[in-house]
Amino acid sequence: MTEPLLQIRDLEIAFKTQNGIVQAVRGVNLDLGAGETLAIVGESGSGKSTTATSIINLLPGTGHITGGSIRFDGRELTSLSRKEMENIRGREIGFVPQDPMSNLNPVWSIGFQVEEAVRANGIATGRKEVKKRAIEVLKEAGLADADRRMKQYPHQFSGGMRQRVLIGMGLAANPKLLIADEPTSALDVTVQRVILDHLESLTQELGTAVIFITHDLGLAAERAKHLVVMYKGRIVEAGPSVEILQNPQHPYTKRLVAAAPSLASRRIQSADAQLAELEVSTQTGTVDFDLVAAAAGRAELKAKQGPRPNAIEVDDVTKVFKIRQGSGRAVDFTAVDKMSFAVEKGTTTAIVGESGSGKSTIARMLLGLETITSGDIRVDGESLAGLDNKGLFKLRRKMQPVFQDPYGSLNPLQSIGNIIGEPLDVHKVGDSKSRRNRVNELLDQVSLPKAMFGRYPNELSGGQRQRVAIARALALKPEIIVLDEAVSALDVLVQAQVLQLLAELQEELELTYLFITHDLAVVRVIADNVCVMEQGKLVEAATTDEVFGNPKMEYTQRLLDAIPGSGIKMGL
Amino acid sequence: MARYIFFRLLQAIPVLLGTTLLIYFMVFAMPGDPILALFGDKTPTPAQLEALREQYHLNEPFIMQYLRFLGGIFVGDLGTTYSGQPVISVLQSTFPVTLRLALIALILETVFGIGLGLLSGLRKGGASDNIILAFSLLLISLPIFVIAFVLQYLLTFQTSIFRPTVGEGAPWGDLILPGIVLATASVAQIIRLTRTSVIETMGQDFVRTAYGKGLSRGRVIPVHILRNSLIPVVTYIGTDLGVMMVGATVTEGIFNVPGVGRTLFQAIKQSEGPTVVSFVTVMVLLYLILNLLIDLLYAVLDPRIRYVK
Repeated sequence: MTEPLLQIRDLEIAFKTQNGIVQAVRGVNLDLGAGETLAIVGESGSGKSTTATSIINLLPGTGHITGGSIRFDGRELTSLSRKEMENIRGREIGFVPQDPMSNLNPVWSIGFQVEEAVRANGIATGRKEVKKRAIEVLKEAGLADADRRMKQYPHQFSGGMRQRVLIGMGLAANPKLLIADEPTSALDVTVQRVILDHLESLTQELGTAVIFITHDLGLAAERAKHLVVMYKGRIVEAGPSVEILQNPQHPYTKRLVAAAPSLASRRIQSADAQLAELEVSTQTGTVDFDLVAAAAGRAELKAKQGPRPNAIEVDDVTKVFKIRQGSGRAVDFTAVDKMSFAVEKGTTTAIVGESGSGKSTIARMLLGLETITSGDIRVDGESLAGLDNKGLFKLRRKMQPVFQDPYGSLNPLQSIGNIIGEPLDVHKVGDSKSRRNRVNELLDQVSLPKAMFGRYPNELSGGQRQRVAIARALALKPEIIVLDEAVSALDVLVQAQVLQLLAELQEELELTYLFITHDLAVVRVIADNVCVMEQGKLVEAATTDEVFGNPKMEYTQRLLDAIPGSGIKMGL
Repeated sequence: MARYIFFRLLQAIPVLLGTTLLIYFMVFAMPGDPILALFGDKTPTPAQLEALREQYHLNEPFIMQYLRFLGGIFVGDLGTTYSGQPVISVLQSTFPVTLRLALIALILETVFGIGLGLLSGLRKGGASDNIILAFSLLLISLPIFVIAFVLQYLLTFQTSIFRPTVGEGAPWGDLILPGIVLATASVAQIIRLTRTSVIETMGQDFVRTAYGKGLSRGRVIPVHILRNSLIPVVTYIGTDLGVMMVGATVTEGIFNVPGVGRTLFQAIKQSEGPTVVSFVTVMVLLYLILNLLIDLLYAVLDPRIRYVK
């Protein structure tokens, strides 16, 4: 048998830290034939990116290979000199990094950065040739007006466009292998789909082998024939994608399959909360059991009680931003256009749309962080439009936000206890002792140990931080919580836990949620009603079942189709 | 862009009026009679005093003196010093000297500061990094007059590589030693600033991507690491040039450089209103122009910064 294109044997990678050496990858074996596609799946910290970047010796910081071998095209890569490795990178192994926002140098034009790659890999020489090839590369990557945009800078490109540039650079020299490290995690689902489709057709055409790294099992299965599941630096399961999804062997893979919202939502959807479905879920011990039950319970309750009063009423709201043009004139940009909807007390409404659709602007106006251009928002019947600062301050006792980034939204210099207790301080609720008790109570409510009180944000994981943010939001016993992409930054398993917590809290405290997200898969498990937004306009508003089961608008259908994994038959 | 520059220059007008008024008032309010001081131990007759006061318009109210000074600016008359020299000729003889001195210091601190800072940042934690850091710490801790006297002693009196003081006309060669002294304090700051900035840039995703697309280290370092690290350094160098133009009083004093710092110091001691204010006006103007140049340089270094107004 001939040697595969890439052969990894017993790979060990370690990081030096202040507390000694941390083993990040242990005994990993991988085979990849020419022209094949392999997906490595796992949560953050599982060692999937570390494994992939070690192939071209781009390990971050103090990471280094401590054992094993990486053979590529008949050569051992671990013992190459710096110069030899520089020749392999780009020419033979292309690399497409994760975050399109930070992976292009902001001070050089797009053209410069592509031309640089073309020249370094010896594809073309001479100024004209290089430029010609660079334009070709960008066109192949799907930038139609490449010649015009060569002189532009990264900040003038959208996320999707930048990702195309990165893909173009990765494939510029027609490499035998392409390492794609979460190439679309930062993008909207619809954009993600277009770009991955394009990447797939490109690599197929060129016969490039692809290592595809992702945390989304549904996405992995859809894009690769073979899957490798990594957990804590080890491969826990490997094999054909469909087989792993339908019949996962390792307990971790089972949990992953169960938690992947893209898959879970479909399961709920197809079974429509039938009891048979719930039994299967209990047997496999999945985490979304409670979510499904809670959703079903809520639906029942609603049917019994009839309509409830509205907690939030958005009435014909428009938001216009003035955007400065180069010449000094201001141009009106309508971010939200005559939008109306209402949220009943104790229910969850999700606002869905791509980035730029105006969904976050709605949330900011509701929270009083942005003025309303015209129309009105009423919270508990109280109009927001004419509210002064005092009124706004009062309103915030009723309404609290939880934001997307659990790293950016907690002050790193404050202890967890202070962070959670701050709203109580600001609104002068109780004395210091009762505040302390309340914080302990809140920690309990979000299932964090009391010992967290004196600890600091940097000691916590992403999921724990988001729990802290939720506890802070709950401190004033609000009736309404605005969740702006509150789970988008979390790993699937953690995401499922936080969603479950939110569902439990809603039942317990009769909370009303306004859930802003671009992730339709998450919507399915948490929301009662859905508003779909496109370019500032409300295109569809209905119950979640209606939207998922019978989308009226073409745009909604497109969003639904873009949920990764929607084409895979599940074994459940 | 032209619009932006125009508005920035327009802003300079109230700043200049404000500073000159303030400085003029401060000089006016200084205790002691400057005319009496001119006579030293001798006692002038009232008629003599009156004549001198008349000549320098010291008997007019403050605001009149100030307006007279302002009016003079427009016809190129900045008044005369108490020793009878026109202020404008004092300006003409001192500013070029200080400018030359500042230029020497600037070149030295830029070359050595950025060079050593880059080396230190790239070898973070290594032996050369530690040596450079220790060296920069030493430079920061030593007061400038200590460095000046030590270098003057070693390089002039002991080895006579340089002349100990600056000669007539302040030729370039004589200004090298004071230039080195003037650069020492800033060079340490620039080393540290560059080092921190380089380390930060090295950790950026786009640097990894640059390696990932097959670029050699010899290209990534200048093109993707150094250039992105320069913005904070440019800010520092720009303001530092401003500080040096305002005159390095201590350094100029030690090496007897006939520059701005020394002259201004003497003028302040003698309460020479027109001289002090003329110097300060030129300095403020220089400062404003330098700041504008730095701001414009930002836009060159970072295309995300664009000035519209």
